[in-house]
Amino acid sequence: MNREPYLLPNGRVLRYSFHERLIHWMAGVSYVYLLLTGLAFWTPWLFWIAIVLGGGTTAREWHPWIGIVFALATCFMFNMWGRQMRETPSDKAWWASIGHYIRNEDEKMPSADRFNPGQKLLFWGFLGNGGLLLLSGLVLWFPQYIPWNLRLVRQIAVFVHAVCFLFTVALFIVHVYMGTAMERGAFGSVIRGDVSRAWANKHHHTWYRQLLRDSAAKE
Amino acid sequence: MSQTATDIVRISGHAGSVPGAGFNRESQVCKLVDTTTCIGCKACEVACLEWNGYAFSQTTFDNSYQTMPETAWNYWNLIKFNEHEREDGSMMLLMRKDQCMHCEEPGCLVACPADGAIVQYANGIVDFQEANCIGCGYCMSGCPFNIPKFSPTARKVFKCTLCNDRVSQGLEPACIKACPTGCLHFGTKPEMKELAETRAAQLRIHSGHPDAGVYDPPGVGGTHVIYVLHDAKHPELYGGLPRNPRIPLLVGLWKRPLRWLGNLGILAGAFGVFVHYLRFGPKIVKEDELKTDGEGL
Repeated sequence: MNREPYLLPNGRVLRYSFHERLIHWMAGVSYVYLLLTGLAFWTPWLFWIAIVLGGGTTAREWHPWIGIVFALATCFMFNMWGRQMRETPSDKAWWASIGHYIRNEDEKMPSADRFNPGQKLLFWGFLGNGGLLLLSGLVLWFPQYIPWNLRLVRQIAVFVHAVCFLFTVALFIVHVYMGTAMERGAFGSVIRGDVSRAWANKHHHTWYRQLLRDSAAKE
Repeated sequence: MSQTATDIVRISGHAGSVPGAGFNRESQVCKLVDTTTCIGCKACEVACLEWNGYAFSQTTFDNSYQTMPETAWNYWNLIKFNEHEREDGSMMLLMRKDQCMHCEEPGCLVACPADGAIVQYANGIVDFQEANCIGCGYCMSGCPFNIPKFSPTARKVFKCTLCNDRVSQGLEPACIKACPTGCLHFGTKPEMKELAETRAAQLRIHSGHPDAGVYDPPGVGGTHVIYVLHDAKHPELYGGLPRNPRIPLLVGLWKRPLRWLGNLGILAGAFGVFVHYLRFGPKIVKEDELKTDGEGL
């Protein structure tokens, strides 16, 4: 998967390979479209978003197809990161000191592997809600094929789609805030792919140490 | 009874105010269907197709008088037949003209996200404005009567308009005009309600139908199409007329508590991260930290 070397010759560390960045943005761009059109259908006060994006009918026709793109990206992501996102015993200690993390007292945090437990929550949250959104979305895509005596399926789909949408919005708000404003250097890592050694050491200490050990072993 | 744009009381998916009700003295219209005098001739079906310009649909044969199982996007008015065996072993052919009920509390309109795709006029007519319909089909999930139907060609949803176009010109709906037995009536809601109650009382007292009554379901705030039934205790015998129709629970939860909870949550989330930034600011990595770390490089 990651055939590119992690320790770059320019003294920086490769955080996300080209493949990983591509999949991330496939999910990111499709999600933003789904979010905007979804918000348009969610409340009349935001229906204007659908008008801006080409009209309500266009939004209704495209939303499911872009949903398929997002679902595919999520599957690729699971294939790419699923193993690294597994919960480890040290995650409990990390969550226990979440207060330090919020107050930016990072020196008091237990060291994190390539993905910290918060990132794992984001990943599994999007995966779980994404799965339910896909299932309920398929029903909402073709409501005319659900016979009247199965109307409860349609009603459940409408409700589940809205609930899961809200959960993903919560995850999305925190993810975007942390990835742009809060964690300086994180946004560059998912655009250019690299971070400084100090960044890797501070935020993903366990991972960084492993990289150093691996590269030492290779030499 | 005519209406203009000023007579609209509700608009689907619409932000802001609506032109408003209370313009006219007695504006509420109502269609009365007396199932006890219906002979199942289907003249109303033909009149509906004629007036609305739809072609005749293919019929299906299921060993009964039923021509097709349910209404369609281009077939808004269908007689539902039921060969009902009574407790004493005698047969009754129950016939009910099925069409949009024009609910006072319309589930289709509540569920619809498209601005102006469904409007409720002050006279009670709930009408689809197909120009504004986005074809999402949420109305189909919101309706307790299985009325809105999706057109695969137009990719929009259609249903009975209660001949809004005729009524606004002071005419009665096409189905009413065509009925040969006079089992269909059209007028103001109080008039029709009174006529229906009179007929139901007549059936109870003189015709041996002790359970005769009027179907004007309160669960959807009453309807602008009401029925006289021989057996008002068992409306489901009449082609599956729901006993206590209401906006489906999950649709109601989605559009009211969940929407408010969600809006509040989204705003709180955005506000929360903003306040976090003001209070704690970004996580900045000092690039010289590694040197003191000893093991860095």
